Amino acid sequence: MRPFLDYLHSSVTPGEYGSYLWAVIYILIIFAVASVAVMLMTWLERKILAHMQVRLGPMRVGPHGLLQPIADALKLLTKEDILPDEADKVVFWFAPVWVMMIAFLNYVVLPFGRTHAVTDMNIGILFVLGVSSLSVLGVIMAGWSSNSHYPLMGALRSSAQMVSYEVAMGLAIVSAVLMTSLNSTGTGTLSMIGIVEAQKAAGRWYIFSMFPLGLIAFLIFAIAMIAETNRAPFDLPEAESELVAGFHTEYSGFRWSLFFLAEYAAMIGISSVAVTLWLGGYLRPFPNLLSGHSWDLAFSLFPGLIFAGMALMCLIGAARMPKIPQMKVQTIGLWLFGGVIALIAVVLFLPGVRERVQDIFWFAAKVAAFMYLYIWYRGTFPRYRFDQLMKLGWKVLLPVSLAVLILTALVGIRQDLSTVLMGVLR
Amino acid sequence: MMPVATTFFFYFLSIIAVVSAIVVITRKSPVHSALALITTLLSLAGLYLMLYAPFVAAVQIVLYAGGIMVLFLFVIMLVNLEKAQLEERFNKQWQVALIAVLTLGALLIFIFEKGRSVFPQTVTNFPENTNTQVIGLLLYRDYLMPFELASLLLLVAIVGAVVMAKKRV
Repeated sequence: MRPFLDYLHSSVTPGEYGSYLWAVIYILIIFAVASVAVMLMTWLERKILAHMQVRLGPMRVGPHGLLQPIADALKLLTKEDILPDEADKVVFWFAPVWVMMIAFLNYVVLPFGRTHAVTDMNIGILFVLGVSSLSVLGVIMAGWSSNSHYPLMGALRSSAQMVSYEVAMGLAIVSAVLMTSLNSTGTGTLSMIGIVEAQKAAGRWYIFSMFPLGLIAFLIFAIAMIAETNRAPFDLPEAESELVAGFHTEYSGFRWSLFFLAEYAAMIGISSVAVTLWLGGYLRPFPNLLSGHSWDLAFSLFPGLIFAGMALMCLIGAARMPKIPQMKVQTIGLWLFGGVIALIAVVLFLPGVRERVQDIFWFAAKVAAFMYLYIWYRGTFPRYRFDQLMKLGWKVLLPVSLAVLILTALVGIRQDLSTVLMGVLR
Repeated sequence: MMPVATTFFFYFLSIIAVVSAIVVITRKSPVHSALALITTLLSLAGLYLMLYAPFVAAVQIVLYAGGIMVLFLFVIMLVNLEKAQLEERFNKQWQVALIAVLTLGALLIFIFEKGRSVFPQTVTNFPENTNTQVIGLLLYRDYLMPFELASLLLLVAIVGAVVMAKKRV
């Protein structure tokens, strides 16, 4: 029991600490939070898209349709589970399981804070690349086993797209990893926490270092990751107007909801990778510009302040509710909701909690910005045609990412290079 | 911390690898064979992890399971399956097969017997935490020339593939 509780005072991840129990606890927490985040994402996506198109979106279930995801989940669970007669039964059954497993496997190495990761692997970012390359298999399995034309076409498109964009993505990642090697020892790191700590030591996020090389590499990754997760404007594998629903046309009910869950989990996972590599991961904004003890304190109060503000909004709203019998339940609910949020805010202000939670807060805030971008793209851009998609992947992103990689390496060794050149000139 | 690389995991992964390798050659459908081959490759990656070589394990997954096998499946999906299943799957060449199996078996037994004296019995302290860095230093500092030559060879292969695939260069 004692070593179990001692972990709370350590400053390493459960994997490094060697505690299986804590690792399991972290996995359960991450799984639960990611699932809830996915449910909220589905609601947010419908809501934000609706507001972009000057509609209201879901309004009926709960206040402003907040309980819509639960209603959706219940509907999906009670739907008939259809297994096509001519389908390949085993592979058809296994495909959604595989897609789901792979989508959540990424979360093993994601650092939500210096101590808040399941484990820190020496091969962290390579693990992420490997997992994302395995996710193609699930799509292929689903498309092939359905034994139908649309899913097969969707799977073919998807595998071609994911394989081509993985190349540019990998090269962009390599240029970020190269930046970690620019220290006194001269060796970089592939571990996710190591990459964030290298940004901390460098005093800047990699998106800003070697301007504009870091920015370009980040943009390449940001484009490739949308293609990897099959989202608009690269959602050709499930283009409704051409392929009904792409590779999951034949799936229904619970199996289909697994694909849905996996898609959003993969979106959150890959955004977390982008945040870790270029946006400083769990570091707070302005690590070197606004440094010092008082700024540290000010930034650590931020999460509590945000929750306090939300609680205030809820309580003011509850006080201004019309005093009529029909609104009584809503008013009481809003008071309770505001009270719970105020309680969370108070907990977040406690010094011990503040220190450990602010990492997670900054990480989550950055990932949330990416999630909003995903919805924004979907509301803004028209879908690419397949040949345009391939042209963009192979003729634009790949050469640019190669150029960025070479330039990053050259800038990294500029001092050695200049001494050599001076020697030659002399 | 207890070592994760226990005997149990070695047998577990080995059994998965061997069984799925047998499935690869016995299944009728080529897609099933390819999926079983992926299982074999993944369990081999697990075995590499047990040898304290995380980099090799990751590369195994990225290149073989994620890259090459996806292209395999890509091609297989385009093949007419009904026609493929009618074709003869086993060539009756049991004499040649017997010689090959006996040679390989003799080689394995020879290595097993000889290995006691050749390979060290005790395990040295593997630098697991700096595995990737050590490989990087070896490739780019100590063996830079062979590494670059190998990449040149791959470039030639790529150009060859393009020339063969394109009708008019």
